[in-house]
Amino acid sequence: MSVIEIKNLQKIYDESAVAVHAVNGIDLRFEQGEFAAIVGPSGSGKTTLLNIIGGLDEATRGEVIVDGVNLDSLSSKNLIDFRMRNIGFVFQAYNLIPVLTAKENIEFIMHLQGRNKHERDQRAEELLKAVGLSDRGDSRPGKLSGGQQQRVAVARALASKPKFILADEPTANLDSKSTENLLDIMEKLNQEEKITFIFSTHDQRVVKKAHRIITVEDGKVINDEVRKNTTRAKPS
Amino acid sequence: MIWSIAWRNIWRNKLRSGVVITAIALGIFAGVFSMAFMRGMANQRLESAIKTQVSDIQVHSPAFMKVNDIKNYFTGSDTLLQNIDTMSGVVASSRRLIVNAIINSAEKGSGVKLYGVEPDVEKKVTDLNTKLIDGNYLESLKTGRPILVGHKLAGKLGVKLGSKLVVGMLDANGYPIYYQFRIGGIFKTASTPFDESNAFVRYSDLRDITSLPKNTAHEVAVYLKDNDYSKRVANEIEKVRPGLNVQEWFQVMPELSYLTESMDYYMYIFIIIILLALGFGIVNTMLMVVLERVKELGMLMAVGMNKRRVFAMIMLETVFLSITGGIVGIIVGTAVAGFFHTHGLNLSGLYGEGFSALGYDSIIYTVVQPQMIVMTAILVIITGILSSVYPAVKALHLNPADAIRTDA
Repeated sequence: MSVIEIKNLQKIYDESAVAVHAVNGIDLRFEQGEFAAIVGPSGSGKTTLLNIIGGLDEATRGEVIVDGVNLDSLSSKNLIDFRMRNIGFVFQAYNLIPVLTAKENIEFIMHLQGRNKHERDQRAEELLKAVGLSDRGDSRPGKLSGGQQQRVAVARALASKPKFILADEPTANLDSKSTENLLDIMEKLNQEEKITFIFSTHDQRVVKKAHRIITVEDGKVINDEVRKNTTRAKPS
Repeated sequence: MIWSIAWRNIWRNKLRSGVVITAIALGIFAGVFSMAFMRGMANQRLESAIKTQVSDIQVHSPAFMKVNDIKNYFTGSDTLLQNIDTMSGVVASSRRLIVNAIINSAEKGSGVKLYGVEPDVEKKVTDLNTKLIDGNYLESLKTGRPILVGHKLAGKLGVKLGSKLVVGMLDANGYPIYYQFRIGGIFKTASTPFDESNAFVRYSDLRDITSLPKNTAHEVAVYLKDNDYSKRVANEIEKVRPGLNVQEWFQVMPELSYLTESMDYYMYIFIIIILLALGFGIVNTMLMVVLERVKELGMLMAVGMNKRRVFAMIMLETVFLSITGGIVGIIVGTAVAGFFHTHGLNLSGLYGEGFSALGYDSIIYTVVQPQMIVMTAILVIITGILSSVYPAVKALHLNPADAIRTDA
């Protein structure tokens, strides 16, 4: 069974005189352990597609089935809970909670899930180690570099042990070194722990690392390429 | 963790939070201090009225209650006083003759209530002897018929200590009589109306000139160790002398009782108005907070923070902000009121005459009541909760996908 199955997905914005088809009939499948990049020019529908997959936005038509569950069938309350337990998010601007330390940011979702302190502590330590920030757990986001903040964001996204992680332009605000570092960490997590990553990106450095590249234009998938050197990607 | 986030969020913008907390603190300080001031003023008015005018319990004949006529006296007052003085909780009791009289000086005349009192026991029941600004109390004057008048009445009549006054009244048989008295003392109480309309002479003098029988009284006044005993002692007096009208202080002067009760209501209305004004300030601040944190709120909702928790977080932040200001205001208000409770707030230079005309002392000893503080604290929390509703609802309407992509 695919982790994500997208069927004839459409998102139409008709607030203005002319209806805009941000997503225009997309069918996709993602399997466990993929390291996929959705690429395309600005306004091509990458972020909208990612938002709909993540249950942050509603499709006008079509279906998104995550781990066998049709997101449309969930009430808004259940959708929030489903998101919390199954989907990890990494945002372009890191979006950490500024008043919490790096470790507390990672623990936050586990707290929402109602996990006990010992479990939260242990998992947060593991994740800080995984992203190479064991020594910065007590630092607040303001004291961390952009690269470090994004690594905390990745650790936070992993905290709930999600089925997959959606990363919207995760390297857009990072320098080359931080980008390289972040991608290495994510690739390692993908290969060693079989965590599924789906990026939307413009960044060629991300594209180079991706095992599958889905090109979107005008709300449609115009190319879905699986790199020969990858063993993970199994596109539909 | 939501509690911790809410608390830490307050201090993200120290200046803004500081201004709001200061505003709340000032408002609450004003409320607490005003309540302590008004309560102190009411208590003093009550205490002064009891000590100078009303006493804790008054006994009259039922007829005197209807018409303040000289004929409506009761007899056996000496036995009654003896009985009352043996009752538990009684400090002292005194009998009084009361007649309506006209006092005339060489220049003017004025209607007064003339009291005939026994100076040695009256001193234990009322404190008029401590309110003399000139002359001596009744028992000190050995010759002639002394009379005590208030400073306001003395001024009105154009008389001073030692001046002669002619007092006209009806005697026990209903005949008009005129007798000369000499001013032995001039008093000044906290109440100008009292000082203007009452005069005091010796019981024996008044009984003699009005031809009233021995042991008569129009009024017996009882002063207690605590006015909480008034109901019990009043019941005991009724048992000793059935048929007489026994009244507690709040029945004699119901307006005093209403004053203390209504003061509380006025003060709560006052503090609610303050909190209402502060509430709008808090709403404004929290709206700014929500608008500034659209992106962050969007992220929180995206990663799984449900609406209930988002609402709770904003509500807690608002309540913490309100409580912090409230605690500061209560502490400062209580401390300042505590200081003036001991030292008194002297308003004589400011509006002393006005206070006196209304029957209030010009030096106010503020009184902080614990229930007042508890009620204020509860009102502050309620204000915080109510003020958070609109900003929190605003936050709940955010769409996480849009919110994350805003610049805020």
